[in-house]
Amino acid sequence: MLDASPKPIPPLVQVRGLKMYFPIYTGLLRRHTGDVKAVDGVSFDIMPGETLGLVGESGCGKSTVGRALLRLYEITGGNVVINGTDIATLGPEALRKARPQMQMVFQDPQASLNPRMTLADIIGEPLDEHTDWNSDRKLARVYELMDAVGLNRRFANRFPHEFSGGQRQRIGIARALALNPRFIVCDEPIAALDVSIQAQVVNLLEDLQDKLGLTYLFISHDLSMVRHIADRVAVMYLGRIAELSPRDALYARPLHPYAEALLSAVPEPDPTLARARQRIILQGDVPSPANPPKGCNFCTRCPKAFDLCRRVKPELAEVEPGRFVACHLFSDTAAAGSTGASEAKERNQQGVTQ
Amino acid sequence: MADGATPVLDVRGLKTVFRTRGGEVHAVNSVSFHLNPGELLGVVGESGSGKSVTMMSLIGLLPSPPADVRAGTVMLGGRDLLKMSADDLRDVRGAKVGFVFQDPMTSLNPVFTVGNQIMEPLIRHMGLNKKQAQIRAAELLALVGIPDAAARLKSYPHQFSGGMRQRVMIAIALACDPDVLIADEPTTALDVTIQAQILELVKDLRQKLGMAIVWITHDLGVIAGIADRVMVMYGGQVVEQAPVRELFANPQHPYTRALLKTIPSLTGEREARLQVIEGQPPILSGAPTACPFRARCAYAFARCEVENPERRAIDGRAVGQGHDVACHWTAEVAHA
Repeated sequence: MLDASPKPIPPLVQVRGLKMYFPIYTGLLRRHTGDVKAVDGVSFDIMPGETLGLVGESGCGKSTVGRALLRLYEITGGNVVINGTDIATLGPEALRKARPQMQMVFQDPQASLNPRMTLADIIGEPLDEHTDWNSDRKLARVYELMDAVGLNRRFANRFPHEFSGGQRQRIGIARALALNPRFIVCDEPIAALDVSIQAQVVNLLEDLQDKLGLTYLFISHDLSMVRHIADRVAVMYLGRIAELSPRDALYARPLHPYAEALLSAVPEPDPTLARARQRIILQGDVPSPANPPKGCNFCTRCPKAFDLCRRVKPELAEVEPGRFVACHLFSDTAAAGSTGASEAKERNQQGVTQ
Repeated sequence: MADGATPVLDVRGLKTVFRTRGGEVHAVNSVSFHLNPGELLGVVGESGSGKSVTMMSLIGLLPSPPADVRAGTVMLGGRDLLKMSADDLRDVRGAKVGFVFQDPMTSLNPVFTVGNQIMEPLIRHMGLNKKQAQIRAAELLALVGIPDAAARLKSYPHQFSGGMRQRVMIAIALACDPDVLIADEPTTALDVTIQAQILELVKDLRQKLGMAIVWITHDLGVIAGIADRVMVMYGGQVVEQAPVRELFANPQHPYTRALLKTIPSLTGEREARLQVIEGQPPILSGAPTACPFRARCAYAFARCEVENPERRAIDGRAVGQGHDVACHWTAEVAHA
């Protein structure tokens, strides 16, 4: 961490206008006839040591954002600057050199661990790839990592199938930590686990963050868990960010109608509250990202949609300090507080918080 | 529902064992419960707690071998389902008991139209001809909130979204107007906004049709919103049973207490650190001789190691009627 200095700390991760399109080929000649716009112009920052929660329903593009950030896909457009390097444009060799600082924890701990490798091989594989350490030093590091995530050292020669789901997720976390990354994308790390095991893994992630100063992008559809772990939360809908707000502000008073509906749909574990609460039940399903609606992508299900929403796509703009919303309901407030509209909009899109 | 009403479903001492190469797995251990007319019973537990296996055993849906339903009675409409022949049981399934499964993609047949699949039980159990069945199927689809129902009968499952497929599953389960609907994690595979739609639909259908429902889930939030009564399962046993408000306000079993604390809330105070239940769920090999929760329990003492606790009422009413719990600690220490 830096000393207190007059200039603000730069964000560790800066994403600008990230686009990830998957082409659709049809017909005998496999002509390119369209695109699935999985991520369509997403911008945000993550500060060092911060946890940004990324929430949304299945198919909204949240996992694609996570994977595109680490360039597990060749991205269609935009910039991803991690620790000063633009990941989006790096050549293969430079990208390989940049990989140790950014790692990923996957959703399915069963599918993301090679069943024929021992635990020590799995956790040590990043070291084989990126260091020239001798085997003693590697093993020492593997033991150190196993201690850090709470796995018994005796398990080093066992195989993934001998472990429970929660323990497998610990293996995945140890592997992600092997190269001392600064930034970890956690893609639904607890979705496949039981409730009583989820809390164990979330506490582990928080402890590691405190100890190692990690920065997380925490992707999840579990809004109550995100409230627990994240500092700021981005709500995605159909490839775009609907709202990006500090945690407490979002959960106390969501601004975007989709964020509001999403929060109201989460079941409350309290019978009296649950029955008293007025829920917003959205009609219909999420439209296809291959053919998103014109104008605002939420206009087909939005209870507050009006004429403008069906024609003009709203931009993500800062409507309150630190709160960014892409909705025409708030565009007046945004415009009123700025001079030189286009310039202000450009700045606002950056999504920087202080 | 008032006490003393004859339950539509009454399960006593159900035991299911799986024979595996590694020995016997006692997945369901002496589970007893009843379901009153028009009631929604929530069954909560982690994976492996035996909640699904319990429900599958009582209507004979488990392949045998390896499954072996060893003991117990399952009374439905005056008959014991466990003593029925396979043919009789087939008449019960679908007609008297409807089933909604977790994954709406894999439980619908992809090569038949949705209409075909709704009409199948109508023709088999209700003796309708094809034309009548078609009319009734359209009514059912409309009932579960699918617009343009008559036309959608000709669609295939892949043409429906996840939420709509689950609506179709509910329509099939309701087709023959069953006395009991068993819903096994019906909203787990769905997104929250779609889950909210399905929960609204079920509340609405209960008012219209008044069937009794067993709702299996691991999500206490869902239970809080819809159940009348809750049964908490752990390690193949019922560890606590109470009316929903009572359970959330006054949980007794250490497992229930811990479970309620591990889930972070959407409202209220944000905890700096999540409470955890240390350790792993038990492996259910061999007949139980001790409390299944003892290894993870903060209150376990000597007796928990040697004797499996029985359910005992804490409010002076009969077990199953009010609030009961299977725990030595609650019985001896907490109320000493």
